[in-house]
Amino acid sequence: MLHLGTPVEIQRPRGVPLTKKQFYVENKPFTCLDGSRTISFDRVNDDYCDCKDGSDEPGTAACPNGSFHCTNAGYRPMFIPSSRINDGICDCCDTTDEYNSGAKCENTCKELGRKEREVLQKMAEITKEGFLLKQHLIEEAKKGQQEKQSKVTDMQGNKKQLDEKVEVLRTVKETAEQPEKEAKERHLKAWEEQKAAIRLEKDKAKMAEAFLELDDNADGFVSVSELQSHAELDADADGTLTETEAQGLMGGAEQVDTSTFESVWPNIKDKYHSEVMETPPDEVKEPVVDNDSEPYPEDDISEEEDEEDEDDYHEDDDKVSCGCVQAPPTIKTPEKNHEDEEAMPSYDADTQALIDAAQKARDDFEEAEKALREMDDQIRNIEKELSFDFGPDAEFTYLYSQCYELTTGEYIYRLCPFNRVSQKPKYGGSETNLGTWGSWSGPENNKYLLMKYDHGTGCWQGPNRSTTVKLTCGKETVVTSTSEPSRCEYLIEFTTPAVCQEPANTDLSPHDHEEL
Amino acid sequence: MVSLREVCGIIIFRWVPLIVLLCVSARAVDRSNFKTCEQSAFCKRQRELKPGRSPYRALLDTLELSDSRITLQLINDNNKVRLLLELYRLQGNMTRVKINELKPLKPRYEVPDVLISDPITETLSVVSQDENSLVLSLGGKDQRLIVSAQPFRLDIVEGPQVLVSLNSRGLLAFEHLRARKDTSISHKISSTVGSMWDSLKKEEDKPGMWEETFKSHTDSKPNGPSSISLDFSLPGVEHVYGIPEHADTLKLKNTDGSDPYRLYNLDVFQYELHNPMALYGAVPVLISHSTDRTMGIFWLNAAETWVDISSNTAGKMMFGKILDFVQVSSEAPQTDVRWISESGIIDVFIMLGPKPADVFTQYASLTGTQSFPPLTALAYHQCRWNYNDQEDVKSVDQGFDEHDIPYDFIWLDIEHADGKRYFTWDPSKFPQPKEMLQGLMDKRRKLVAIVDPHIRVDNGYKIHNEILSKNFYVKNKDGGDYEGWCWPGNSGYPDFTNPEMRAWWASKFAYEQYEGSMENQYVWNDMNEPSVFNGPEVTMHKDALHGGWEHRDVHNLYGLYVQKATADGLVERSGGVERPFVLTRAFFAGSQRYGAVWTGDNAAEWGHLKISIPMCLSLGLAGISFCGADVGGFFKHPSAELLVRWYQAGAYQPFFRAHAHIDTPRREPWLFGPENTALIREAIRQRYALLPYWYQLFYNAHRTGYPVVRPLWVEYPNDVATFSIEDEYLIGKDLLVHPVTDEGATAVTAYLPGKGEVWYDVHTFQKHDGEQSLYIPVTMSSIPVFQRGGSIICRKDRVRRSSSCMENDPYTLYAALNSQGSAEGELYIDDFHTFNFEKAKQFVHRHLSFSANTLSSRNLAPDSQFSTASWIEKIVIIGGSQPSSATLKNAESALEFEFDSTLAVLTLRKPGVNAAADWTVILR
Repeated sequence: MLHLGTPVEIQRPRGVPLTKKQFYVENKPFTCLDGSRTISFDRVNDDYCDCKDGSDEPGTAACPNGSFHCTNAGYRPMFIPSSRINDGICDCCDTTDEYNSGAKCENTCKELGRKEREVLQKMAEITKEGFLLKQHLIEEAKKGQQEKQSKVTDMQGNKKQLDEKVEVLRTVKETAEQPEKEAKERHLKAWEEQKAAIRLEKDKAKMAEAFLELDDNADGFVSVSELQSHAELDADADGTLTETEAQGLMGGAEQVDTSTFESVWPNIKDKYHSEVMETPPDEVKEPVVDNDSEPYPEDDISEEEDEEDEDDYHEDDDKVSCGCVQAPPTIKTPEKNHEDEEAMPSYDADTQALIDAAQKARDDFEEAEKALREMDDQIRNIEKELSFDFGPDAEFTYLYSQCYELTTGEYIYRLCPFNRVSQKPKYGGSETNLGTWGSWSGPENNKYLLMKYDHGTGCWQGPNRSTTVKLTCGKETVVTSTSEPSRCEYLIEFTTPAVCQEPANTDLSPHDHEEL
Repeated sequence: MVSLREVCGIIIFRWVPLIVLLCVSARAVDRSNFKTCEQSAFCKRQRELKPGRSPYRALLDTLELSDSRITLQLINDNNKVRLLLELYRLQGNMTRVKINELKPLKPRYEVPDVLISDPITETLSVVSQDENSLVLSLGGKDQRLIVSAQPFRLDIVEGPQVLVSLNSRGLLAFEHLRARKDTSISHKISSTVGSMWDSLKKEEDKPGMWEETFKSHTDSKPNGPSSISLDFSLPGVEHVYGIPEHADTLKLKNTDGSDPYRLYNLDVFQYELHNPMALYGAVPVLISHSTDRTMGIFWLNAAETWVDISSNTAGKMMFGKILDFVQVSSEAPQTDVRWISESGIIDVFIMLGPKPADVFTQYASLTGTQSFPPLTALAYHQCRWNYNDQEDVKSVDQGFDEHDIPYDFIWLDIEHADGKRYFTWDPSKFPQPKEMLQGLMDKRRKLVAIVDPHIRVDNGYKIHNEILSKNFYVKNKDGGDYEGWCWPGNSGYPDFTNPEMRAWWASKFAYEQYEGSMENQYVWNDMNEPSVFNGPEVTMHKDALHGGWEHRDVHNLYGLYVQKATADGLVERSGGVERPFVLTRAFFAGSQRYGAVWTGDNAAEWGHLKISIPMCLSLGLAGISFCGADVGGFFKHPSAELLVRWYQAGAYQPFFRAHAHIDTPRREPWLFGPENTALIREAIRQRYALLPYWYQLFYNAHRTGYPVVRPLWVEYPNDVATFSIEDEYLIGKDLLVHPVTDEGATAVTAYLPGKGEVWYDVHTFQKHDGEQSLYIPVTMSSIPVFQRGGSIICRKDRVRRSSSCMENDPYTLYAALNSQGSAEGELYIDDFHTFNFEKAKQFVHRHLSFSANTLSSRNLAPDSQFSTASWIEKIVIIGGSQPSSATLKNAESALEFEFDSTLAVLTLRKPGVNAAADWTVILR
C-alpha cells in the first residue's frame, strides 16, 4: 500500500515518528528509550516486548504500553496505543495500523484532510464574523450600560421630586378628607334620626291595628281573655298562654284601653302575629355602605396579584396558592327590598362638593404614589441588571431578558440566560424548572464558557435538577442541542458570538508536520 | 430492575421500638410485602407439625420390583390415605425417591423440562426382607437402601454408616387432594396449635386450606390443600450449602429461631442482606459436606418451597428402629433438613457423592451443565438504566476508547423500547438501531437489549396481537387473559410453559421479525419471576392458569422457560450456528443450560459487595456458574472507593457487568478522576488478560458441571478451616482470590489452603506456603490473587479494546511450580462463538505439563481439529531454578531466557510455537 505521495521513504522502523528516527539506526544495537537495556536491532519490531517502556515494538502490539505513530499523509499524524495495531479496526486513516489483520481499510486521509480544512475554514470564518459581532455587542453593551447608568442617575433625581410631590399631595388629600368626613357624618346622623322617626310612627300604627284586632268584642278594651287567644305570646313556650301569663303581659291589669295598651305593646310586639295577614318580620337594616366612598377600592389589591399571574413560570403554584390565599367569597347582604325602608337620601350639594374635592385629592395622590412605585421598580431593575457579570467586556449583556428555545422530539427547552432554564412537554403538560441562574462555571482560564443553572425541580430519590450551558462561538445566538447526560443533570449547547475569540493571525493549514 | 418505587412513609423497625419517619428512598425491603412462613398457610400448617412418630406405614406386601424401580404403598394410619412410593437407583450413585398419592383426585404436577432426560436407572436388588423392613442394594461399596415399614422411614447406609435418613423425624406429610366440603363452617374453625395428626384424623379443614388472603389479594385455591413435606437427616454433617437464591452466608444457617429459607421467585425491592427471604431465583439443591463425604439433595418441585435447617445430634431426633448393624453415634453432629412445598409431588434425588466433584457430576447428569458462552460474554459489560439514545451509546463507546479501557458489551435497559413494547425501538431515541449496531460492530463490540416477558396490552402492538390471537396468554382463574401491572402499564403474561408459545417467542428473534436487530445484539430477560407490580408479593396470582395447571404449580419454573425460549430464539436466528447469550434474573434448576444469571437489584453498599461472593458461590454449587452482581451496586451512588473495589472484585467473578439505577448519577469508569480511572482500567485489563483461563473453565464447566468459581472446601474437602470461608474463593482450582471488600482497608487476611501447597502472588510472584492465614497489606491498587503451585495458567497479556480484537493474539504461559517442581494446566481454543466445537469438533484442547525440567504441550483431543493463528509468545516459570540452557525440542533451537533469582522467576523468550502444536521445552 504505497501512497503516491510517499516520497523517497525515509527508512525507519514501522510506527516510529520522524522525531524519534535517530534512536532507531538499522543494524546498530537499539537502546530502549528509557535506557533500561540494549538489544540487537533485529529485536526491534520482532513482535516480542523487550523494553519495559515498549520502545522496541513501535510497530507491533507486543508491548502493553507501546504507541504507534501513523503519518497519515494528507491529514494529521497521530499516535495510537499499540494495542490497536492489527486489531481488525482501522484507526489510522493511512491504514498503516492494520498491516497484518486482514481488515479492509481504505486510505481516507485526503478526504479527512479536506474535510478538516473545510471545517477549520468554516470555523475560522465563523470566528472572524462572530468576533466582529462580538465587538458590536461590546459596544452596544457599553453604550447600554452607560445609558442605563445615566438613566438611573436621572431617575434618582426625578424620584426625589416625585417623593416630594407625593408628600404634598398626601397633605392635600388629608386636608380635603377631614371636611368630607365631617359632612358625611352629619348627613348620616340626620338620616338616622329621620329613620327613627319613621320607625316610631310605624310602630304606633301597628299598635293601633293590633289593639283593634285584639279587642274582639270591640268594647274599646283588650281583656286578658282576648289576649289569651294569641298563643304565640306564650312566655314560657309551653304552647299555651295562661291567664296569669296574659295578665303578666298586661302589667297586672284585667283589661286595658288604648292608652294603657301603649305600655303593654312593648311586651308583646316582638311575638305578636297579626290575625289579618302575616306581616313580614319587621327588621330595620343598616344602610349598606356605599363602596364608592371607600378610600381604597379593593381592586388595588387584586391588581397586584394579577401582575404576579403574568409571570407564567409559576402557573401551577399560583393556581394553588390563589385558591388558598383568596378570602372565601363574601356573603352578599340581600338587596334592600323593603318598601318602607327608603334609601339614604343623596348628599346635599355642599357635602357632595366636599366629597368630590376629597376624591380628586385622593386620585391625585394615588397617581403620584403609583408613579413613584413604578420608578422605584425601574431603578431597582436597572440596578439589578447592572450588577450582573456580563463578561469581561459586558459582551453577554444582550442575552439578558431574552429567551431561546429548542424543540426536540418530546420537549421544548427554553433557556433564558441569567434567569432560568425550563422544559415543557411538546404535547401538553406542565413545565419543569431545570434550574435558575447560578453562576459562570467554566474552567479557570475562561469561566465564561459554561453557565450553571441549579435548584430546579427536585427529582425522585435524586438531586434538584440543574443545567450546564456550554457556550461556543457562533454567528447566531441559538440553542443547538440539549441532553441529560446524568439523571436530572442537563446539558445545553448554545452558540453566541459573545464567546468568539479574536482569530489568530495564522494560515489555515493544519499540517504543521505535514510529511509530504 | 426494580419493581416498586418507595415514597415517603413510616417504617417501623422490627427490632427497635422506634418509629422513624423517612422521606427518602426506603432503606431496605418492605418486608410486609412478602410472606413469612406464618403468613403462608401451607407453611404454617406444615411447620406446626413437630418431629414425632410418623403415622405413615409402608405396606411391604405391595412391593413391586422391576428392573428400573421398586414401588410400594404407604398408608397414613390416621386417615387411611394411601401413597405410592417409587424408589430408583440411578446411574452415577444417586437414589431417586418419588412419593405421590396412590389415587389422587386429579393428577398432581410433576415438573417437566428440568431433567435433561430420563435418568438412567440401575438395578435395585432386594438383599433381605422381613416383616418390618426391606433392604435393597445400591451397588458396590455395601451401600444399602433400607425401607423401614412402621413407622415408615428410609435410610441410605454405607457399611455401618448412615449417610442419610428420610422421614426419620416423622415429618413426611402429604396433603391429599380432597373434595371441598360445605365450607361455611370449616373456614371458621379456629386454628388450634396442636398436633397435625389430630386434625388429619378428623379430616378437618384448617384456615387457609381453601382460600387465603394476603394483604388485598385472595388466593381462591379451588383445589384445596396440596402441600407436601419430608425431612432428611444427615448424620455427621455440620455444613450444608446451596438452595440459592438468598442474600445470605455461604454456609446455610440453622433456621430453628427464624423463618425457613424460602424458594419462591420474587421481585424484591431493595433486598436486605443476611436473611432467608426469597429472591429472584430458586434452585432446590442442597449440598452437604463433611470431611467424610459430600452429598446433595435435589428436591424437584417448582411450587413455593420452604427449607428448614437444624443442627442436632445424631440419634437424638431419630424415631423408629434402624437395623441392628447400623451404628449411630449419639454424640455425632447431625444436620436435619426439612423441605416443604405447596403443591406437586415429592420427587427427590439424593446424590451420594462421595466427593464434591462427584456431586457436581451427579447433578449435571440430571439437569445438564453450564451453557458454554461465547467468549465475548465473559468479557466486561457496560450497562445502565438507561443509555438514553444512539448518541449516548456512541459517546460511551468512544469514552472507552479515549480512556483506553476495554469493553465488549453495551446494554440497553427498558427505555430503549417504544413505550416498553419489547422487540421495538423508541423511534426518537433509537431511530437507526442498525446504524448503532454497525458502529459497534465496526469496533468488534456487541449490544444487549432487554426483552422482558410482560407484554403491553395494546392493540397497536404486533406482539400483543399475535399472542392474543394465538391464545398464548396466561389465564386468570376465571379463564380470561390474566392481566397485571408492570413497566408498560397493563400487561399480559405469555404462557411460557406452553412449548408452542416458546417456539413462537423464539421465532420473534429472527432478524426479519425483530426489526433493527443484528447479529451483534443479544438479550436480557428481566422481571421474569414474573414480576407483577399489583400482584400478591409482586408476582402472579397463584390461581392463574397455565393450561390445566395452576400458577401455584409452575411458579418457580416460569423464569427458566423465558430464558430458554429466548436462548432458543438466538440460536435459531443464526441457523443454529451461533452460541446464544441471554442474561436472566429469575431461574430454576436447569437454568444453567440457557445463559447467565445476576443477583438482581443490589445496592451501592459495602455489604452488597461482600455478599456477591457467597451468592455466586451458592449458585455455582447449584449448577449455575455464570453468575455476577451489578458492579457498583444498582441502587444508590457508590463512593469512588467502593466502585473501584467492586470493579476489582467483579473482574474476578464469572459475569462482569456494571449496572446502575436510572436515578443515580452517571458512573462510567472515567467519571471519578484519573487515578480511579486508572485503577478501574487496570482491573478490567486483568480480566481480559485472564480470559483464556475463564474460557477454559467454562468449557470444562460445560463438559463436566464443575463450578467455575468454587468455595475453598470444594478443592480442600478435608480442611475444616475452609468450610465457612466466603470472603475468598477459587477460580477453577488454580487461582485463589480474596478481593478487598472493606472500606478504607489497609490489609486483608487471606487463608491459603493445602498442607504442602504453595501459592504465588500473581502480581509479584512472591511465594507463600499453604495452610496459613496470610496478612496482606493492601493499597487501592491491590487485588489479592494467588496462583496455586503446580498449575499452568494461560493468559493473553496483549489486552485490546474488546475480546474479539484479541482472538488471534499469542499466549503467555504462567507455570507456577509446586514443591515437587512440577505443574500442569490446560489450554482450550476454538472460534469463540459458534457450536462448531461441539458439532464439528473444531477446537484445540491441550494439556500442558512441566516436570523434571521439561515443559510440554500434549493434545487432549486428538480427534478434534482447529487451526489457530495464536502462538506462544512467552513462558514464565515461577518457583524454579536457573537453567543453563533452554531448548525448544521441535526446532532444536535454543531459547533465550531471563532469570530473576530473588523471586525465582524464569522467563523464556518467544518460543514462537503455534498454540495448537505439540511442543517440548527442555531446561538444563
